[in-house]
Amino acid sequence: MVPTLGGRVQTRLFLLATVGVVLTVLVVPVLPGAGADYGGAFGVLVAVAVLGVGWELIYHGLQQFRWEKDWPTGFGLVTGVNEGLLTWLAARGGLVPGAGGVASSAFAMHFAVVWLGVWLCANGPLRVAVPRWRFHGGRLW
Amino acid sequence: MGGDLTPALLAAPVWTDAMVAAAGIPIRDVELVTVGGGIGSFVLVDQLRIAGLPASAIRVLSTIDQPWQTYQYLTRVSQIPEHERIRSDSASTPDNIWGFPSYAVREAFTASTLRGFTRPLWQVLTEPVLSDYYTPRVGTVFASMAREAARIDWPSMLVRGQVRMVRRRAGGGYLTILTPPADGSESMPTLRLGSAPRRTAAPAELAPATRRIAYRSRFVHLAVGYPGLRFLPDLQEYRARHGDVRRVVNAYEPHEHVYDELVRHPATVVVRGAGIVASRILNRLINDRDRQGARTHIVHLFRTYVRGAHGPSVFMRRRGGDGWAYQGFNYPKSVWGGQLKARMRELEGAERRALYDAIGGTNTPRRRVWQEQLARGRREGWYTTHVGEVHTLEPGPDGTVVTRMRTADGMLEVPAAYVIDATGLIADIREHRVLADLLDHSGAGHNPLGRLDVERTFEVRGTRSDPGRLYASGAATLGGYFPGVDTFLGLQIAAQEIADDLASVGFGQRLDSRRSVTQWVRWMRNQPV
Ligand SMILES: Cc1cc2nc3c(=O)[nH]c(=O)nc-3n(C[C@H](O)[C@H](O)[C@H](O)COP(=O)(O)OP(=O)(O)OC[C@H]3O[C@@H](n4cnc5c(N)ncnc54)[C@H](O)[C@@H]3O)c2cc1C
Repeated sequence: MVPTLGGRVQTRLFLLATVGVVLTVLVVPVLPGAGADYGGAFGVLVAVAVLGVGWELIYHGLQQFRWEKDWPTGFGLVTGVNEGLLTWLAARGGLVPGAGGVASSAFAMHFAVVWLGVWLCANGPLRVAVPRWRFHGGRLW
Repeated sequence: MGGDLTPALLAAPVWTDAMVAAAGIPIRDVELVTVGGGIGSFVLVDQLRIAGLPASAIRVLSTIDQPWQTYQYLTRVSQIPEHERIRSDSASTPDNIWGFPSYAVREAFTASTLRGFTRPLWQVLTEPVLSDYYTPRVGTVFASMAREAARIDWPSMLVRGQVRMVRRRAGGGYLTILTPPADGSESMPTLRLGSAPRRTAAPAELAPATRRIAYRSRFVHLAVGYPGLRFLPDLQEYRARHGDVRRVVNAYEPHEHVYDELVRHPATVVVRGAGIVASRILNRLINDRDRQGARTHIVHLFRTYVRGAHGPSVFMRRRGGDGWAYQGFNYPKSVWGGQLKARMRELEGAERRALYDAIGGTNTPRRRVWQEQLARGRREGWYTTHVGEVHTLEPGPDGTVVTRMRTADGMLEVPAAYVIDATGLIADIREHRVLADLLDHSGAGHNPLGRLDVERTFEVRGTRSDPGRLYASGAATLGGYFPGVDTFLGLQIAAQEIADDLASVGFGQRLDSRRSVTQWVRWMRNQPV
């Protein structure tokens, strides 16, 4: 992936609003532990989107130190760790509406499914659905 | 034989149909011709066919039968045999406009072992940090293009012959003059070797003036590949003066005899250049040492020696060392879609040239195998380097060639059995007849790097013949708003820009999401477009 800052933010918001929503709808009923409901899960999704804009600024800054100005495929997967942790802390701290009581196992599974789904879509299907996306730094509009 | 170019035609910048008819040249009509028939033509036609244009609207004028033929020739001589891996990445898929499924994914899913499945996937997942960039085997690329060529009905669009010129037509569009093969014989893809002795040339070029055919079209696309093979002046002079083309060779001409001889007799070979082709040649020489028992001594000459990371600022530092500048592809990756693509698109003149200088230049990927081989050679003393400017080549005793070079410590003489020049394929665009004609008669000009000046849409600036348009892509257009032109992915980016520009003037439909998805499904199922 060779994103521009605009492309990063657009791609994130678009994929969370589509793939993220669909996966959340599908996965919530089978989440383990107590306290998993749609309210909390969508709260988490919104948190990933909102905090994500901040993260994208940081990634974009880090990317400036890379000669290629690229963001290797693996980075998109690994950044799920730091983002997951921060979102979890935010949820625990009561900053994510409806997600205060969610069990760690439920949170981890929901987050992992969404993260993996979004990452897979960004690395394949999205190129098919939006044929100019990969040449425009990940911008959709 | 009648139907040839006349002085009147040669002199007139704009032709009327009547002038062409008066010369006895038959005229054929088609909406779009693409000249070249190599990978640049192929990816444009692929894009247009997928966007919905019928094969009957397109003609490909070419000296080759298969779009990958010239590429295959150049890769083979420059030491990329069929099982070897190329330079470009997993998502550079000239057979697939979406880059999905990528070559790594395809390799995984066609593997017969678990290791064969996981290896390419692990590599793309961890590149370029824990692994080298994944790159596909050249044989896989050819096979994939063969499949796509059949799917889009490439053979039905192909017309064999050498294009002599493209001129603007009074009333709009263009007239493209084709010289068909004299006797229908096979012509080999070749490069004109500058002013050096010509060893090979396309028969169409050697053949006496044959009958011409004119293609009358609204749109023309030029993708003629490399204008010519550049020969360094000292090499050219040596070859011309001593008639010796065996001991002093260019990496882009057949030179297997050098490797054969070096396996039979231990000797010294001089390698010049610091790009990927130099890397490949060193790799071949060292493989022959390791596997065939050759005892070659390699002397590697650098003109500029890169000692370490280099660049104008902490944000623009390229890795380097041991003489080489390292980067995965011929430009930083974001040239093909990210920040650098966006930035270059806005630059003109000197600013554009400066950015080209910063991100381009001679470079090679830092592959682990190559690093290991050269480190071993340095340690064991059979790989040495010198830095300086070569002055002359002269015949030495016992059939050797002596390279005289100016170094920081004065003149140095390097005797060797062979000299392999891997310094480049870049020649003046004037060396290509069709491009020279375009500059002289059709209003085309030079970009800041001296190549053919194209717009962001790849229309050749100054050549508009309303309602027609003339486009160009590939190496001839390097120096434009988009630097990655001479690569598969770059040619595809150009193809998309051209297709969108054509759609904007009513030729074909702009590829939308719906059609993109349905066409992708057809691609997956290997159904005709
Ligand atoms: C050794 C080597 C390795 C490369 N490796 C890679 C890689 O790994 N990845 C990558 O993305 N790119 C690579 N490239 C760069 C580039 O993608 C290829 O060279 C590609 O083939 C360029 O396509 P093209 O259409 O511009 O030229 P070509 O494929 O060379 O096609 C041009 C064709 O036009 C024909 N032609 C020229 N003049 C006329 C005329 N007057 N009439 C009719 N036909 C004419 C020529 O004979 C030729 O067949 C490599 C290049 C080289 C030399």
